[in-house]
Amino acid sequence: MIKGTIDKIAGPLVVADGMKEARMYDLVYVSDYGLIGEIIELKGEKASIQVYEETGGLKPGDPVTATGKPLSVELGPGLVTAIYDGIQRPLDEIREQAGDWITRGISIRGLDHEKLWDWNPVAEPGLEVGGGEVLGEVPETKLITHRVMVPPDVKGTLTWVKEAGSCNIDTVVAKVNDGEGVEVQLKMYHNWPVRKPRPVAEKRAPEEPLITGQRVVDAFFPLGKGGTACVPGPFGSGKTVIQHQLAKWADAEIVVYVGCGERGNEMTDVLQEFPELEDPKSGEPLILRTVLVANTSNMPVAAREASVYTGITIGEYFRDMGYSVALMADSTSRWAEAMREMSGRLEEMPGEEGYPAYLGTRIAEFYERAGNVLCRGGDRSGALTVVGAVSPAGGDLSDPVVQATLRVVKVFWSLQAKLAYARHFPAIGWLESYSLYTDNLREYYDENLGEGWVSMMKEAISLLQQEANLQEIARLVGAESLSPEDQLILYTSRSLREDFLHQNAFHEVDTYASIGKQKVMMEVIMNTHEEMRKAIRSGVPPRELFDLPLKEEITRMRYIPEDEIGSIEAIKGSVTSQVSRVIESEQTA
Amino acid sequence: MIREYTTTVEISGPLMLVDRVEGVAYEELVEIELPGGEIRHGKVLEVDSRMALVQLFEGSSGTDITESRVRFLGKQVELGVSEEMLGRVFDGQGRPRAPFDTAPPVVPERMENINGAPINPYARDYPAEFIQTGFSSIDGINTLVRGQKLPVFSGNGLPHAAVAAQIARQARVLGEGESFAVVFAAMGITFEEADYFIRDFRKTGAMDRAVVFMNLADDPAIERISTPRMALTAAEYLAYEKDMHILVILTDMTNYCDALREISAARKEVPGRRGYPGYLYTDLSTIYERAGRIKGRKGSITQIPILTMPEDDKTHPIPDLTGYITEGQLILNRELHKKGVYPPMDVMESLSRLKDKGIGKGKTREDHADLFNQLMAAYSAGKDARELAVILGAAALSEIDQKYLRFADEYERRYISQGGHENRNIDETLDLGWELLKLLPRNEMKRIDPKRLDKYWPVKGGGEGDD
Repeated sequence: MIKGTIDKIAGPLVVADGMKEARMYDLVYVSDYGLIGEIIELKGEKASIQVYEETGGLKPGDPVTATGKPLSVELGPGLVTAIYDGIQRPLDEIREQAGDWITRGISIRGLDHEKLWDWNPVAEPGLEVGGGEVLGEVPETKLITHRVMVPPDVKGTLTWVKEAGSCNIDTVVAKVNDGEGVEVQLKMYHNWPVRKPRPVAEKRAPEEPLITGQRVVDAFFPLGKGGTACVPGPFGSGKTVIQHQLAKWADAEIVVYVGCGERGNEMTDVLQEFPELEDPKSGEPLILRTVLVANTSNMPVAAREASVYTGITIGEYFRDMGYSVALMADSTSRWAEAMREMSGRLEEMPGEEGYPAYLGTRIAEFYERAGNVLCRGGDRSGALTVVGAVSPAGGDLSDPVVQATLRVVKVFWSLQAKLAYARHFPAIGWLESYSLYTDNLREYYDENLGEGWVSMMKEAISLLQQEANLQEIARLVGAESLSPEDQLILYTSRSLREDFLHQNAFHEVDTYASIGKQKVMMEVIMNTHEEMRKAIRSGVPPRELFDLPLKEEITRMRYIPEDEIGSIEAIKGSVTSQVSRVIESEQTA
Repeated sequence: MIREYTTTVEISGPLMLVDRVEGVAYEELVEIELPGGEIRHGKVLEVDSRMALVQLFEGSSGTDITESRVRFLGKQVELGVSEEMLGRVFDGQGRPRAPFDTAPPVVPERMENINGAPINPYARDYPAEFIQTGFSSIDGINTLVRGQKLPVFSGNGLPHAAVAAQIARQARVLGEGESFAVVFAAMGITFEEADYFIRDFRKTGAMDRAVVFMNLADDPAIERISTPRMALTAAEYLAYEKDMHILVILTDMTNYCDALREISAARKEVPGRRGYPGYLYTDLSTIYERAGRIKGRKGSITQIPILTMPEDDKTHPIPDLTGYITEGQLILNRELHKKGVYPPMDVMESLSRLKDKGIGKGKTREDHADLFNQLMAAYSAGKDARELAVILGAAALSEIDQKYLRFADEYERRYISQGGHENRNIDETLDLGWELLKLLPRNEMKRIDPKRLDKYWPVKGGGEGDD
């Protein structure tokens, strides 16, 4: 324990004197309130500390104690269904202790140390173990089996494993001899510093798509499991709705949702909705696979900076167990702003727009913690997918946070204000967005959706691109003056936009579309296009085709439930017969 | 424990540097006695083991280095709260504000730190109950719910003051036995505007259920930093302890942000966009996020901050950062204003994010959501037709486009527009919506559930406009 005293207080920054032996990023307790902070700069005897709680009322001379340990999270059973603040304090416990408002100096551990869990040993004594080796299993929720692992920095011979039974996380469940005669006692949980990535055996390129049930994402701009994506957009363009949709429907086994400097009411929405929504795969409440980290905008800014690290460390931990984890961070701009604020208080030389010069490095380091991996200690693979929302100032994509993010992420979902005004949601622009995973995932698509899928997608995107060009001409000369085939392109791309890309997040059925349903829907639209093109080539005037009742059938298909996909399939036949009837009557006339 | 110093070494802008202080706390309240006996106030912005940097609420004119006596009061900035605040007018520091209020100070029930504390997200309850403002363009289209923060983005010369005053006197919550009050905070507005509000409140009786905090344009700019926090502290007391539903109106947030920029510049901080400090978002959130509802408590705080967008630019840092924190925005439109539409509400660009949970059966009426969608779609089609008419001439429009054009005109004239003292209840607003839709053919009602359409627009013998 290193003890010093406060020298200076300026907002969330406290400078302490007499801290010569302290180390960078050590956790400290400030004043008699016991406010939690972290050392972010050392100069001689002086340490600059970012304090995670309100600093009003602190005085020079107040005591500062360094723990000698970095800011860490507790990793063990009890993480799933929890809601934490930025430094892993459970918000429900805080409410119990402090009431409806968050007061200062509350110290609560991240995990419940009293609760009893069913411990089932897996490993046998005598085994040579290293970090990541599974010692035993604990049923954490109906959906999640928690694998208790050897901490990454422990190695040796397993000498003892506790028999099956009920115990709390403080119980020693295994002992390891490290080869030098030191016995290491392992409990059901361990601590890990949030700023240090957890090691893996091997990193690989993403091979499987993360199915999100959102058509524009899965079909046009897919995200690989273990990949990274960003969603920048001005306010009101639906960033948060997209993040919520992904958290709800993505086929990850664990979802970590980090509300970083966003609205309090939005977190309440998540908290109230997730226990009631069903996971489409298991039928169990979504909350049983979710970990929430909520540091709303009015909570202390330094804890906001820590919240994304807390979230991603928890994500890595579940990835190490062999799960596919998806992390949503809403919004990374608020995290960057927290960095900017601390940097300003440290009087560092600013980079672009006052952000610190190391902004790009920090962002890159963060996204690099995502990945499709081979886990240590056994033949398991896990994945950590990261989706970050970015809120650029004025919706301007030249914003330093957007630019630094785009340099590292592989998927860009560009939210367009003009789509949002036209009430087209999700407002992901099909001309501006991209995914660099399409080629990686091709093998998966060919195997699971048939070889036609990828080419069909490319054709659909190309239709939408042609539409953009044609619309300019149509605006000048009127749509009627376009060639019949061009008119068809406008017709089909409108159908693509309105019947496929547009998706109502608040409609019971439309909110989620399985990849199978997406495929059939797309086939219906593209088949219709083909049939109509044939008809037009045989001389049918486009007007007669565009007013056919098939239009309504196509509009309705998004509302057809998953278990009735057959009736979407049937639309294909209906389209063919309607179109051929038009051709016949044209020829007889 | 009062400690007094005469060791001021520097005064610059609204800041004062006091040397050789001891035991001074960050954010501590400070009293400065000028040579003539005048008392000023301030708070500690930064402190180290030798010096304290004090921010002066009333500005630094008249202060001097040698004789000003600086007293550190051992507490943070506080507001005395009590139910007697209702009907009173205070200044930016919570003292009765002459000439609007000449009564003696309120006897406080207790003192509250004006910075408040963040509501635990786990303790929040989701806003889901309707507030009736009496404006169709808000109630029908961009519905306000209890616990929401919904700003008005306005511009210079637009009638946001009149809109704010009208909301303040008309707003109510539906339901028996609910008590409702308005907390009004004015920052940097002119005497004329302030006088308009107070007279309007007095004349219409709104004053009895209002608490007003006034910081006028010629009042100290730095006081504007504490004005909204004073108001919200009063609001929290009334809402969470006296079970009242509180509507907080903050005008004008642009002046607040400018005051913040002034302090930041005086401290020589690294500026962010347009010279505003990098922590503007965080600072604004500590005001806006004080709106909300709390599980197990009856009252609620709803906020309508008003701001004027410099040059009507929505991407200016103040509206931009506000929009990222608040749950939607109401935008006033200059073009509509010139056309004589009052309130000149741009319903297309405005948005209430929490609307969906506050409308429908049991809250407003079952047909509300469908009607909203249909009105928006029809108005949008009407505006498109209007653009087309500019290019081609109205006569060249198709029959249906002409109908939409007429709808858009009538919608602006009769639905959006209403009198300065016209208070429409929600049924009137919804019925008016149906009446206007009947300008269009019935088969254009694609966004409305057919069953509901039959109920609210029954087909009479062959149907009108049905083709």
